[in-house]
Amino acid sequence: MCSLCSFIKSTIGRKILMALTGLVLVLFVMGHMLGNLQIFLGAEVINAYAYKLHHLLPAAALWGIRIFLLASIAVHIWAAVTLTLDNRKARPEGYDSDKVVQASYSSRTMRMSGIILLAFIVFHIAHFTVRNVPSMQYNEPGVIEPSEVPLVKHGEVVMKNGHAVMTFNVNDMMVAGFKVWWVSAFYIIATGLLCMHLTHGVSSMFQSVGLRNSLWRKRLDRVALVYGWVVFLGFAIIPIATMAGLLKKDPTGGLPVASVSAAAEITETLHK
Amino acid sequence: MEKTMNLTIRVWRQKNRLDVGKFAEYKLADISEDSSFLEMLDILSEQLVADGHEPVAFDHDCREGICGMCSMTINGIPHGPESGTTACQLHMRHFHDGQTITIEPWRAKPFPVIKDLVVDRTPLDKIIQSGGFITARAGSAVDANAMPIAKGIADYAMDAAACIGCGACVAACPNASAMLFTSAKVAHMNSLPQGKAEKDRRTLAMVTTMDGEGFGGCTNIGECEAACPKSIPLDMIAHLNRDYATAQFKNFFKPVA
Repeated sequence: MCSLCSFIKSTIGRKILMALTGLVLVLFVMGHMLGNLQIFLGAEVINAYAYKLHHLLPAAALWGIRIFLLASIAVHIWAAVTLTLDNRKARPEGYDSDKVVQASYSSRTMRMSGIILLAFIVFHIAHFTVRNVPSMQYNEPGVIEPSEVPLVKHGEVVMKNGHAVMTFNVNDMMVAGFKVWWVSAFYIIATGLLCMHLTHGVSSMFQSVGLRNSLWRKRLDRVALVYGWVVFLGFAIIPIATMAGLLKKDPTGGLPVASVSAAAEITETLHK
Repeated sequence: MEKTMNLTIRVWRQKNRLDVGKFAEYKLADISEDSSFLEMLDILSEQLVADGHEPVAFDHDCREGICGMCSMTINGIPHGPESGTTACQLHMRHFHDGQTITIEPWRAKPFPVIKDLVVDRTPLDKIIQSGGFITARAGSAVDANAMPIAKGIADYAMDAAACIGCGACVAACPNASAMLFTSAKVAHMNSLPQGKAEKDRRTLAMVTTMDGEGFGGCTNIGECEAACPKSIPLDMIAHLNRDYATAQFKNFFKPVA
């Protein structure tokens, strides 16, 4: 058997793949969370951030990153599913009086939290990236019908060839999305499960690649707990703030107050 | 004065490999709190024989916690509720009067039940056969100081070598994974100079055998460590993962001989 095949076929090899893809996703959620939190800095900041994400790199590179992330999820799930099936086969019969001695709740429910997270990720991408959720009706347009606003940097509308550079109105999309109570509820539950998943996973991935001992296990378990909670609070605060009415749709259409007069001009140019 | 207790014993009875098996309940009176768990089972067996029934079959040998023969899940925990203790070293003082004690065999696909509480643990032997040795001319034992080994390494190898191969880790694992057993053996041999020469070959061979025997994978939850009567830590599994990754990395460029 080729060495790579035997690595992938082995239980340890698949766990290492799960740890490495897990690391990619762990770092991604932190970056995603920090990006999202910019909504609290104002509509023009998060809209400018969205513009940067889409235009900093050429479209091919953006798709490269997207495919890399999706592939990481795919490998992570593939390893989880095949290992779970092998594990079930190895233990067809349980104990009549089964007792857990020290395993944490989150470590024993990784599969459940993972499955619900997958459902969430599918919905989340359909909702905010593809912006096409079949049969989903909104009271307010703004999510499925994207609105564009001029890009604002340092309080000035960015102009290019005499035209204002337009960007996607992420602020209004998020606010409109989270105004739907069940979207917010699902989001908070999913990020709560993500917190649980990370509480075990962030420490466990070091074990799987062999970079952990008794001393570092205690430290990494604490790091994982803090990481999980930071990610949960960082994500969940946005739907909570939206439902509480702290985050609103941008009335200026993304323009700084000083440039409101210029807005009419720009809108006029656009309509021509 | 010696305290005694009355107990209800719920024990797994299975005639042979093919039998379906079921629980049987027995009443035991006046069990001394100073008797060991296996002595309690001996008393039960005597009572069964006196009543014309077949005694409960269970594995046991040294009865001093070093051979690794005794193997039973007591109230859902392999080797019972005391940490770092084999079933033979467990005493009845850890139970109370009127208690119902459920005793089951190790549950794992690679460990088929032979009779009652006795399971076939040959797969662990096969893992040892595939790499738990050094390919050197054994001869007579050399002087202990002939090969200098740092104290820390010797201690670490000794901690790993404390594994008695009872299979409690497999029994405790919801995936019936033999990672703690295999890792203890690998860590023991790979960390000493005598075993280092064949480190990569050994690691690959033992993991391949472990997977091939039908044991599950590790989910890093740590139930094995809690059940291990020799308190082998999860560190050993991390060590195995590390050595396996290294061995596969080398193997990718040049097959490990």
